[in-house]
Amino acid sequence: MKTIVIAIAAALALTAPASAQISGDVVKLGVLSDMSSLYADITGPGSVEAARMAIADFGGTVNGRNIEMISADHQNKPDIGSAIANQWFDNDRVDAIVDVPTSSVALAVQQIARSKNKVFLISGAAASDLTGKACSPTSIHWTYDTVALANGTGSAVVKAGGDTWFFITADYAFGHALERDTTRVVEANGGKVLGKVRAPLNTADFSSFLLQAQASKAKIIGLANAGGDMINSIKQAAEFGIVEGGQKLAGLLVFITDINSLGLPAAHGLQLTEAFYWDQNDATRAWSKRFFDKIKRQPSMIQAGVYGAVTHYLNAIKATNSDDGPTVVKQMKATPVNDFMTKNGKIREDGTLVRDMYLFEVKAPAESKGPWDYYKQIAVIPGEEAFKLPGPNECPLVKG
Amino acid sequence: MFDWLHLTIPPAPALFAQLLVGLINGAFYAMLSLGLAVIFGLLNIINFTHGAQYMLGAFCAWFLLNTFGLGYWWALVLAPLIVGVVGIAIERLFLHHIYRLDPLYGLLLTFGLALIIEGIFRQQYGSSGQPYAIPPELRGGRNLGFMFLPNYRAWVILASLAVCLATWFIIERTQLGAYLRAATENPILVRAFGINVPRMITLTYGAGVALAALAGVMAAPIYQVSPLMGSNLIIVVFAVVVIGGMGSILGAIVSGFTLGLVEGLTKVFYPEASNTVIFVIMALVLLVKPAGFFGQAR
Amino acid sequence: MPQSSMSARIFAIALLALALGAPIILYPVFLMEALCFALFACAFNLLIGYVGLLSFGHAAFFGSAAYITAHAVKVWGFPPELGILAGLAVAAILGTIFGWLAIRRQGIYFAMITLALAQMVYFVALQAPFTGGEDGIQAVPRGRLFGVIDLDDTLTMYYFVLAVFLIGFALILRTINSPFGQVIKAIRENEPRAVSLGYHADHYKLVVFILSASLSGLAGSLKSLVFQLASLTDVEWTMSGWVVLMTLVGGLGTVLGPVVGAFFLVAMQHYLAQLGSWVTVVQGVIFVVCVLVFRRGIVGTIAFYAAPPRDMSAGGKPSEVGGAAAARGTS
Repeated sequence: MKTIVIAIAAALALTAPASAQISGDVVKLGVLSDMSSLYADITGPGSVEAARMAIADFGGTVNGRNIEMISADHQNKPDIGSAIANQWFDNDRVDAIVDVPTSSVALAVQQIARSKNKVFLISGAAASDLTGKACSPTSIHWTYDTVALANGTGSAVVKAGGDTWFFITADYAFGHALERDTTRVVEANGGKVLGKVRAPLNTADFSSFLLQAQASKAKIIGLANAGGDMINSIKQAAEFGIVEGGQKLAGLLVFITDINSLGLPAAHGLQLTEAFYWDQNDATRAWSKRFFDKIKRQPSMIQAGVYGAVTHYLNAIKATNSDDGPTVVKQMKATPVNDFMTKNGKIREDGTLVRDMYLFEVKAPAESKGPWDYYKQIAVIPGEEAFKLPGPNECPLVKG
Repeated sequence: MFDWLHLTIPPAPALFAQLLVGLINGAFYAMLSLGLAVIFGLLNIINFTHGAQYMLGAFCAWFLLNTFGLGYWWALVLAPLIVGVVGIAIERLFLHHIYRLDPLYGLLLTFGLALIIEGIFRQQYGSSGQPYAIPPELRGGRNLGFMFLPNYRAWVILASLAVCLATWFIIERTQLGAYLRAATENPILVRAFGINVPRMITLTYGAGVALAALAGVMAAPIYQVSPLMGSNLIIVVFAVVVIGGMGSILGAIVSGFTLGLVEGLTKVFYPEASNTVIFVIMALVLLVKPAGFFGQAR
Repeated sequence: MPQSSMSARIFAIALLALALGAPIILYPVFLMEALCFALFACAFNLLIGYVGLLSFGHAAFFGSAAYITAHAVKVWGFPPELGILAGLAVAAILGTIFGWLAIRRQGIYFAMITLALAQMVYFVALQAPFTGGEDGIQAVPRGRLFGVIDLDDTLTMYYFVLAVFLIGFALILRTINSPFGQVIKAIRENEPRAVSLGYHADHYKLVVFILSASLSGLAGSLKSLVFQLASLTDVEWTMSGWVVLMTLVGGLGTVLGPVVGAFFLVAMQHYLAQLGSWVTVVQGVIFVVCVLVFRRGIVGTIAFYAAPPRDMSAGGKPSEVGGAAAARGTS
């Protein structure tokens, strides 16, 4: 029986960190991201740093109240993400959650934020449902979404002559969504989808799927996948001489760290849509240099977006002198966005920040002057065109 | 309703191409599962760290290239040696103490070691991969008529076959192999003959690990060199070994090739299931013939 | 032994009081999560601690019950108690099928079959439209228990979860300490002898398997209501590994071990969430340490030192996964 007492005492001692805490009158931000897995390089510690920079540049206080920040790793799991979100909002008096890559986690966190009237600034996740069926009055979808990616890469590639497509899609909801949105855009621009194949997530070997794509004779092979799957597809496409054979690859979700991992010889010629590139102009270069000095990698659009979102949020609190979720978000929607990354961005009623997107092409090794010099800008896609919805807006906030 | 099954059978040349690609993957699976089969067959240890050791081999190749400028051909020899030494260290420090226990403890221990190794690498290198190019001698390919076969893939199939046959030969047909097999069945008797059994066991584990690392080096140019590369493959490799028969080298080789072919066909007809078909086969084999196709019941 | 059963009763009451008052000090959602996993680990422990079979596929029961309950409550509008029963029923059916298939094998082959079957369940969960793929089933309403008790209030939900946990735990205790439990122990200690005495060992093992699967399902159903979410994490093979770790750390074959192990690991996951990849490393270290030096687990070790078994022949650390020696330490 001693056993039981000691065991319980031990268990309680170990669970002490879970006890409730109360914080004072501060503005508290929580950066919830993927710190250790697939997306750690495009979000993760870089997003935390971006948020920190935003708070520091703002001055560290807003209307006399201190600004604090905490962060955590959701490991791309909706359970862990929602557990942390609940704890942050209930126990730790967090006012706004920032970033959250992985759409499934973002959807779960948005639910919780909405039920507690707390702010959710989405930079990492891409699903357009976040501002569609599942939209919330306390969320801002800041950086990009699947509609913009489809409108960007899809229409630009078709207009340049790539009118027959074959999709290699990662077999999960996000991959399907990317494929669906891009198909709609391709067909709306007069193109045709000749076929598609769904590969399980975390497939290592794409040779079979690439052979099917080759056999289809489509001009464009659309990669509706991301991360490791996309990198493997591109690497192996180079092996099988896909590009030499006359077909082109279109990456539907590509980040600069992916190109860094692939290397220019394998990736050159790839066309992709992003909201930001470190080398676009003096303002982006200046900000990116500060980021690079800390993180040793150039920032992705998501990390740059975190900076912008946090700054805009703090400005809105300053203007309204309130940290009530719906009030602040309303102010954010009423104010245009202007920073190093965004010019005259406007937030729609459903929460989407309508901003210009850019079509880039990966440089050939000879064209690159050094590490991270990977993109050349091909076109600007104006915000209204990039974020144009293919059908009626499904967000209940907008309909009624 | 049936759009999940690609009911249109592709034309013969295309099907042939898919089969060849499947065979190439099978060669890779065979080589990868060889180390696992050797370790289980001879040492009765379920080496869950195998995936992490495969990853170590690939990272070692990348490291050798980036820090010392030693290319692929050097890595083929050096990486297995280096990782093999790491394997020997693991055996001496950890595995040594648990031989007398239920083999399931071995599984749990090696699982824990795999988590440690992968966690450390993820912390250090993030999870996006490191670039590693195909060596210039093996770039390009030839047009076989029904498909374009990259030279590197042809190399993979030949090298895997060579390694598999060599390993099988050493274990089944040489005196060293005979000693190893005898030592597993009756270590005391073999020791009585003056053979240093513990050292043989250590070296065998090291050899199995070196095989995993060799597979990692061969994977580096075509798959992403990332800390997660092992954990994605480990349960598939397990399935291959179980189906072939957990103690049997020949079983691992044959089932590796066969499963590569089956997976290749699945990718044509029902691609979403290509990761799962191996488990269906594993379940069936375990129910009908639990020792696997070539194994002996233990 | 009236004296020890008296002190056992006192401590049981003390434990209960602690459980009832805990939400005042500790964060209730954390407690609920720990209770769900504790139930899961206890159910798993039935199979490994008392029958000696290591299953690597228990996530299949946990996760499929979670999905069924989530779907039943959200889409079909079931009240929570019926939703949980639906989840439990599905887990029991799956348990019967898997058990019937897997029981014929032992040791590593049993583990591999359960893993293979669980992977197939994962595949179904991934492909089936109703599960929502990697988004999972979100915004699961907690509803009103029996039509009256509103479970949206965190404290009420906590007491409900505690009640269900205690029912499950009591069921496990009852099973272990019944004549049925005695036969199971006999089978584990010496199967041929039990068979020679006329007991159909396979039938008994199958019943324990089904019980273990059903209670794992109960834990999964509860969890989907607590978090209002059912996702692929619940059916992944890493979840099966997680429950093995909890039971191992707590003490295989002990009654309270899985509970302690569950609380410990859930707390660790929360506490270390800031550390990113280091969490995986720490988990790995715990596995290694437990297997090398700590095979009795937390509760097993405490039992061994607090009340050493009278006959020293049982004094060694368990060399079989099945903890025959450890089972005598506590009750």
